[in-house]
Amino acid sequence: MTRIFTASATALLASLTAANAQTEIQWWHAMGGELGAKLEEIVQGFNDSQDEYTVVPSYKGTYPETMTAAIAAFRANEQPAIVQVFEVGTGTMMAAEGAIVPVYQLMEEQEQNFDPSAYLSAVVGYYTDTDGNMLSMPFNSSTPILYYNKDVFEKAGLDPEQPPETWAQMEEFSKQIMESGAAECGFTTGWVSWIQTENFSAWHNQPIGTEQNGFGGPSARLTLNGPAQVQHWGNLKRLADEGVFKYGGPVGGDNAPPMFYTQECAMIMNSSASRAGVLANATDFEVGFGMLPYYEDIEGAPQNSIIGGATLWVLSGRPDEEYKAAAEFFTYLSSPEVQADWASFSGYLPITEAAGEEMASFFEENPGADTGLRQITLNEPTENSKGLRFGNYVQIRGIIDEEFEAMLSGSKTAQEALDSLVERGNAQLEEFEAQSQ
Amino acid sequence: MMKRTIFSNQLLPWLLLAPQLAITFIFFIWPAAQAVWQSFLREDAFGIRSTFVWFENYERLWQSAEYLNSIQVTVVFAVAVTVLSMGLSLLLAVAVDRTIRSARAYTTLLVWPYAVAPAVAGILWWFIFNPTIGILPYVLEQFGYDWNHITNPDQAMALVVIASAWKQISYNFLFFVAGLQAIPGSLREAAAIDGAGPVKRFFTITFPLLSPTTFFLMVVNIVYAMFETFAVIDSTTEGGPAQATNIMVYKVYFDGFVGQNMGSSGAQSVILMMIVIALTVIQFRWIEKKVEY
Repeated sequence: MTRIFTASATALLASLTAANAQTEIQWWHAMGGELGAKLEEIVQGFNDSQDEYTVVPSYKGTYPETMTAAIAAFRANEQPAIVQVFEVGTGTMMAAEGAIVPVYQLMEEQEQNFDPSAYLSAVVGYYTDTDGNMLSMPFNSSTPILYYNKDVFEKAGLDPEQPPETWAQMEEFSKQIMESGAAECGFTTGWVSWIQTENFSAWHNQPIGTEQNGFGGPSARLTLNGPAQVQHWGNLKRLADEGVFKYGGPVGGDNAPPMFYTQECAMIMNSSASRAGVLANATDFEVGFGMLPYYEDIEGAPQNSIIGGATLWVLSGRPDEEYKAAAEFFTYLSSPEVQADWASFSGYLPITEAAGEEMASFFEENPGADTGLRQITLNEPTENSKGLRFGNYVQIRGIIDEEFEAMLSGSKTAQEALDSLVERGNAQLEEFEAQSQ
Repeated sequence: MMKRTIFSNQLLPWLLLAPQLAITFIFFIWPAAQAVWQSFLREDAFGIRSTFVWFENYERLWQSAEYLNSIQVTVVFAVAVTVLSMGLSLLLAVAVDRTIRSARAYTTLLVWPYAVAPAVAGILWWFIFNPTIGILPYVLEQFGYDWNHITNPDQAMALVVIASAWKQISYNFLFFVAGLQAIPGSLREAAAIDGAGPVKRFFTITFPLLSPTTFFLMVVNIVYAMFETFAVIDSTTEGGPAQATNIMVYKVYFDGFVGQNMGSSGAQSVILMMIVIALTVIQFRWIEKKVEY
């Protein structure tokens, strides 16, 4: 009896030491559904590739929910080592000195082979500080592109292989489609804030705010009421009144994709990461891909589009060995094979040059899948097209939607709406600046 | 004479009260105190830097057009939900009260919506009213009416009012039915013999005698509309378009949890707390005296 007890106690002890030898780190993420399953598969791949570390992914809901959960956990000293934060949370995370471990610093301290120049500048530019240091690890980055219905184009007598390149063509094609009865409306869009305001500005090499779009520090203010933006919003309002453009709702524009799937609208501008979803839903017609349209009369267009999506931030205050695990995991994540696998599955952009090359055969087999990649690398990013970094940006995104809606309902002109956007947005930025001092 | 138990031991009553006191302290007083404290601070999201700013968060609220708008929206919303849901349930209750056969079956059927979780109810209405895929906008279009609550603020308000009121009808209905059954039939019979018609009988006898129930339900409904409709708003309009349905509770959530502005969110919840206290005092001290029981 005693012997059995001793034996089992030893076994128990052995299993405990075995468990202790492995460092476990938490990764909180916001990838549900198929993306979540793929993410877990990637993590499993890392866990199986070595026996020192175990990454435990947990799904925490939407992007805002995941970020809120991580912040609340940090306040309670229960934070995960890695958290996935969407791009608009970047300003908040960056300002939280002392709460985060910058990725470049983590990789340096853990002596990981890490070469920032291997990453696509349009992707990492968004997440570097003014000295070019990478603060977070890009994971899922996407950029908006144009999807169009080839069947409708053909019915309307247009060339189905020729998407519109300029806004003038956008209007011309749409009207031809509507007049021929091939579709009820010309186009719709997801994300008015991200696509028709931020990306629009970058694509036309127009500033979004001062201080290099906020990269320079929290004293930056918005300048979205420039002539180019006023021209574009005014144009969208006119097209909405003519029925050419249909609005799909605030934030991501939930109602926009169904309008495209049901062939009510011939074109949609949406994230390159919606590719899989679009193909799965467009069962009755052929989908074509194009770059975002631009205005020929605005100098500097087309420049390059900017990204959206999320990156991985490392939170401070965890035991040392967890950082070793995190650094090891990041190296695995940015390897060309893992990146290419994830990018071709999801439609997100590959984040390194090597991963892009790895995907060459995939791009050949899937024409149009590289549209996003070609678009962000069209030109070397300028100060205006590197991205943006403002605090309280979740609220500012909400203000953009509200002012756009106010313009659509006719209570404000494009100029008034954008002026009020800048005024309200700047109040948020002042508040943020005060908070971070 | 009330019977009184005298404890010889001073400790025992406190001991017996302790569990309840602990719960009250942990779940009500402590968070409320935290909200009050938070409302005087300006803090970054992670709570690394915080400054004591006295009433600045409150001052900002009174200067904020969005907050004043939110108060107005809340008043319109609460009154509309209360009137609509109580009016309809009273109508249904009177109808059931007059039904001789299968009143029980109707009652059971009418109570069903109460079992639906608010978030689920919100999603159901979202589907029905969805401008692109919903059945209702499709039907309305046949009559030449364009329903698009994504851009039309009035339609958005109508949607959240309907969805919230629908959810509350069952509850009101049950209380009204119970209230109606408590009114002695002899009173109405006497009035009928005196020649009063059904409408007259309702307004001179039934409705006044229902006033305790009506009053109680009014309190419950206003509190419901102000505080428990969060899920409905979140799953249908998310406060939009352009803040047209952004009621105060939703704004507390959005500014605090989505926007990470704890100071402003704290100040807003303190104001809400004071509104609840004021409402309770007014209703029980002042209105209740005027209600005949």
